[in-house]
Order: sequence, then C-alpha cells, then structure tokens
Amino acid sequence: MDLTIHTTVLPHDDPDASLAFYRDVLGFEVRSDVGQGTMRWITVGPPGQPDTSLLLAPPAADPGVTEDERRTITEMMAKGTYGWILLATRDLDATFEKVQTGDTEVVQEPTEQPYGIRDCAFRDPAGNLVRIQELR
Amino acid sequence: MCRPEWRSARVQAQRLSDLARLRRVRDRIDREYDQPLNVEALARGVNMSAGHLSRQFRAAYGESPYAYLMTRRIERAAALLRRGDLSVTEVCFAVGCASLGTFTTRFTELVGMPPGAFRRLAAEAAEDAETARDPAGGAAGPAADAGAALRVAGMPACVAKQVTRPVRNREAPAGERPLA
Repeated sequence: MDLTIHTTVLPHDDPDASLAFYRDVLGFEVRSDVGQGTMRWITVGPPGQPDTSLLLAPPAADPGVTEDERRTITEMMAKGTYGWILLATRDLDATFEKVQTGDTEVVQEPTEQPYGIRDCAFRDPAGNLVRIQELR
Repeated sequence: MCRPEWRSARVQAQRLSDLARLRRVRDRIDREYDQPLNVEALARGVNMSAGHLSRQFRAAYGESPYAYLMTRRIERAAALLRRGDLSVTEVCFAVGCASLGTFTTRFTELVGMPPGAFRRLAAEAAEDAETARDPAGGAAGPAADAGAALRVAGMPACVAKQVTRPVRNREAPAGERPLA
C-alpha cells in the first residue's frame, strides 16, 4: 500500500474569517473554494506541498447529524474544545512573531515542554486550537 | 411580534458568544498563568462580574477559573521541578504563585506528594535512567516507578501533555471503562 495523508478537516463558523486566517496569517495557498454562504468548503495548504491539504468545512453538514448534536458541536467550537490541528515549522520564533501580530488569539507562547519538544499555540477564528511545533 | 424560532435563534447566538468569552478567559489563563492573575482581573477582561464568570466557567468546563488556573500552574511547576535546576521556592514564583503554602497544598492535592518529594523522586528517576543505560549498572531502583509515571514515551507531545496534566483531586478514574 502506498497511502499519504492527503486532507484533514477543520470546521469553520465564518468562512471568510477562517479563510483570512489560514491564507493571510499562516500564509497557506487556496486550492479550491466551493459553495456559498456559511456552506463553503475551502481547501488550503502550505505552498510547495501540494500533497497535503487542510479543508475548512461547515460543521455538522451531514444530514444525519441531529439538531441536539449540531448544538453540541457549535457550543464545543465556541468554548474551544472541538477541533485542533498540529502544524510544525523549523523556525518557531519567527513563525510565532509573524502570527501574533494582528488580532490572532495567542494561547501559548513558545515553550520548552518537559516531553522534549518546543511549541506554541493559537486559536483560529472558529475556536479551533492551532498548535505549532518546532522541527529540530 | 417576534416569531418563536427567531427568539430561540437569538438565545442560541447569545449562548455561543458567551461561550466564546469563556474560551478567551481559559486561553488567557493558559497564556498568562505565570502572571499574578486573579478571578476579578479575568472577569474584568471580558466585562463580567467575578461571581458570574466563576459560575459560567464552571458550568462550561467543569471547574472554576481559579481551580483551572491553579491546575495549569501546578502542571507547569511539575515540568520545571523535573528539570532539577530550580528549587521549590523558585518554581513556586516562576509559575505565578505568590504563596508557597498555597502552592505546596495544591501541588500535594493534585500530584499526590509535596513538591520537594516530587523533585527528589524525579532526580532519582533521572539518575536511574542514566544507570540503566550504563551496561555495568544494576537494575532500576525504587524511583523507577515515579520516573515511568512522569514519562509518556511514543505519544504525540501534545497528547502527552493532556495525559500528564494533573487530575484535580485525583478524582477521575485512571482508565476509561471499556464500552459494553
């Protein structure tokens, strides 16, 4: 078998705000943008890495999701306990400086962790936790 | 006249915006735990009264903002004590606690032993790990258990962070019960 991890998904609640964050703040390129209103599916990814994408999708769009489940998901997104992603960079400090300018919510400044890594963390506009780890 | 579904949509929108404010408080605790934070300052930051914030935060996250702040501080303190180059007092102030007494009490409640004992065990565990790597060395000593409890090998670091996060009052069960 020859499998790659091709696309991972994070929910959005304001497609334009999420698009601005991933494109303008994190520097991702936009690979596709379909749908309209809040029902938009936006594929972004790091330049130079066409094999790895992040799909920003409306939450609970599956018609099998009940009204109660939908409410739970949107509430978990709002309180910040639903989606998260782990990114990595060679230069954590430069990345942190760049991302924190603007109104991005910082959750954790670059910190040496006891389990042997160094990382920082931000919130995206939909409440997802974006953790960024230093490659070394 | 307002239609009932409009009213419920407005109530839900307000609820989501309140939850987002609580999220900002929790993120601020994560970000500034080493500052002299208190619940009044946290509440002012989101235009709530301290009592209202505490109640809402507890309803959303299962513990009060003060308890969450102290858990965050003790978690970081355990990490710093493991390094072995800082004294208990230095660690206490480094994580934003102003009182050594409160720090020691809360640390003991969460970790199960006082910070001084934890620091000693971590140091012994580190020594045992050194000995174990040395082929001439004997078997791991009694501190190996503590060492094992402090390390989570082969796990993504951010998951290890959640796993090693102190459990409040040790009241949560150690393992999930399997689904029937």
